[in-house]
Amino acid sequence: MHSFGYRANALLTLAITILAFMCGIASFSDNFNTPIPTTEVQVLNINWFQKKPDGDDEVSLTLNISADLQSLFTWNTKQVFVFLAAEYVTPKNALNQISLWDGIIPTKEHAKFLIHTTNKYRFVDQGSNLRGKAFNLTLHWHVMPKTGKMSANKLVMTGYRLPETYR
Amino acid sequence: MDWQGQKLVEQLMQILLVSFAVVAFLTGYMLGSFRTMLLTYAGGVVFTALVTIPNWPVYNRNPLNWLDPSVVEKYPKPLPSNTSSKKKSTKK
Repeated sequence: MHSFGYRANALLTLAITILAFMCGIASFSDNFNTPIPTTEVQVLNINWFQKKPDGDDEVSLTLNISADLQSLFTWNTKQVFVFLAAEYVTPKNALNQISLWDGIIPTKEHAKFLIHTTNKYRFVDQGSNLRGKAFNLTLHWHVMPKTGKMSANKLVMTGYRLPETYR
Repeated sequence: MDWQGQKLVEQLMQILLVSFAVVAFLTGYMLGSFRTMLLTYAGGVVFTALVTIPNWPVYNRNPLNWLDPSVVEKYPKPLPSNTSSKKKSTKK
C-alpha cells in the first residue's frame, strides 16, 4: 500500500471481488420469486389441411395466444423467450415437438399479451399421421437472467384434435 | 505515505467498499433495478478511489524520524567478530 499503483491495484481487486459476490447474491435472490404464469391458447380455425407432394401432412392453424408471464420477471431478469409447441406421439417418434410460434419478451410490461396469429412456423409432420391426431399445445419459456443460470419451464394446455379428412 | 497512513488507507478501503456494496445491493433490490445497483456501486468505487488512492496529507501525519548521520557517527558500529564466532559454533 506504499505506492499509487499498489493502492489502485488493491482497490480494483477488492471492488471486483465484491461485485462478483453481489452478482451471486442477486442470482440467489431469484429463488424467493415463485412464478405463477397463466396461459391460454385457442385454435380458432384450420385454414387448410393437406398432404404435401412428398407425402408429409401439413396443416395451417389460426391461433389466439394469451398469456400473463409477468410473474417470471424479477429484478435480475434480462429477457424471456417463449415458444408454443404442438406435441403429439406417432408410431415413429415417441415425442413430436413442432414450434408454432415464438417470441422474445424484453420487459415485464410486455409479458402480458394476447396475440391473434396463424402459425409462424410450418406445422409439418414427419410422415402422414396428422389426420384425426390429437395434440397438446404447450407453452415453453426460457428465462435469461442478468447474472446466474438460465432456467426453463413449460405449461401444458388443453389440446386439439385435427379432423379426419384433408380440407 | 507513512506506516500509519497505509494501515488507515487499507481499513478505509475495505470498510468503504463493503458498505457501498451493501447500500447498492439494498437500493437495487428495493427498487427492483439491477442498473441502479451497478451505478450506485460504481459511484461508490470511484469515491473510494478518490479517498484512498492519492497520497493525501492526512496519511503523512506520522513520518519516520531517521537518525541524523552526525548522530550515527558518534556510536560504534556493531563488531563483525560476533557473526564469525556464531558461524564457528554452528559448524561444530
